[in-house]
Amino acid sequence: MNEIFTLDDLRRILREGAGTAEGTDLDGDILDAGFEELGYESLALLETASRIEREYDIALDDTALADARTPRDLLEAVNARLRASAA
Amino acid sequence: MTAPVVVTGIGVTAPNGLGTGPYWEATRIGRSGIGRISRFDPSPYPSRLAGEVPGFNAEEHLPNRLLPQTDRMTRLALVAADWALADAGIKPAELPEFDMGVVTASASGGFEFGQNELRALWSKGGQYVSAYQSFAWFYAVNSGQISIRNGMKGPSGVLVSDQAGGLDAIAQARRQIRRGTRLIVSGGVDASICSWGWVAQLTSERISTSEDPDRAYLPFDREARGHVPGEGGALHILEDGESARERGARIYGEIAGYGSTFDPGPGSGRPPGLRRAIQLALDDAGMVPDEVDVVFADAAAVPELDRIEAQAVSGVFGRRGVPVTAPKTMTGRLYSGGAPLDLAAALLAIRDGLIPPTPNVTPDPAYQIDLVTRARPASVRAALVVARGHGGFNSALIVRAPQAGGV
Repeated sequence: MNEIFTLDDLRRILREGAGTAEGTDLDGDILDAGFEELGYESLALLETASRIEREYDIALDDTALADARTPRDLLEAVNARLRASAA
Repeated sequence: MTAPVVVTGIGVTAPNGLGTGPYWEATRIGRSGIGRISRFDPSPYPSRLAGEVPGFNAEEHLPNRLLPQTDRMTRLALVAADWALADAGIKPAELPEFDMGVVTASASGGFEFGQNELRALWSKGGQYVSAYQSFAWFYAVNSGQISIRNGMKGPSGVLVSDQAGGLDAIAQARRQIRRGTRLIVSGGVDASICSWGWVAQLTSERISTSEDPDRAYLPFDREARGHVPGEGGALHILEDGESARERGARIYGEIAGYGSTFDPGPGSGRPPGLRRAIQLALDDAGMVPDEVDVVFADAAAVPELDRIEAQAVSGVFGRRGVPVTAPKTMTGRLYSGGAPLDLAAALLAIRDGLIPPTPNVTPDPAYQIDLVTRARPASVRAALVVARGHGGFNSALIVRAPQAGGV
């Protein structure tokens, strides 16, 4: 299994689960933007994580999630889990 | 003398009109919004009619970010609040955030949202339940979302007392303004026309099983057979009278009096509390019955409850002593949204000198009330709104025309 969680996957899941804030362009350069700056509070991230978990059949641990401040952080955390579960 | 609390803005989402203008235009000519349920298939249920808010597309009115986290009732409430603020000429961003609060009523919470999440829970598992279920179903969610959207950090809360709650919320808003908050958004919006909400409502055994929209909800009529449920409601901008006048606001009226009681337990032999609630509201307003020009009835359409209400009204105002109307026969009972919508109708009746009708009803003469079945031009200086909640809640609220030269 060689699954990779991409920024486009995250964009789609954010849109489906939490919507897009006014003035936020999710298609822009958001990799290092803070989630707060993008208009997502902790509950939005909880919903996002839950959707990632069920779609990719992985379990993210709470600290990894709490520490993810940006899309880059979250992509790394998810892909680390994907690699671990593939190994 | 306590400083007056006034209404300066109205926002309506009603089954017979989306927006205050369309609602009032329909209401004054007796046009109903009741029809066969379209939001789910009602054919397996004994009651199949409801008042549904027409043509409401939340996407047109609200930021995309709010959609995944809101039930229909909250979307309607957010839009009603926006419209009420615009009507009042208030831009919340320009006011100190702790000078504004939100007090709404809620009868059931976000049922449709909850239904979808519970279905996900039992059919797919806990992972499929939205994180937003944590608050989207909750009674206080309309107050919370209105507060967040408009940056209102003053005193806020929710009242839960079924249909009476809409008046209890307005009264609580008045208390908070008297304690020093400048502005409160208040009223109620409920919407639980979904299959789960429907079976819950059916347990009251007060829902009409008629299939004819014009014959289903007939309060004070010999053919009364329960009510038709509806969705929607109204939100109002309540302000301290002095600051409203200072900013040159258009004033619809003053919240002049309020009273609430709770019915004694069955078998106690004591009388129902409704008449006393009306008397308390009059006393609170410092008014005598003759000064009230119209009563907006609770209009349960359950014969025993109609009799109690008719007796309370004729007991206070005399036999056929005051015009009584129930425009809610055009919308259905909206639970926590019902009385705030009646308050909107009362304020518009004051503005336009017109008592809206109670269409389709042939009043049973035994009730000895002057039921307004066709719109009636009248000078309305004060109106009484009556609301009862399932389980014994009685509330009464008096709204008075703005005094000449301000209030």
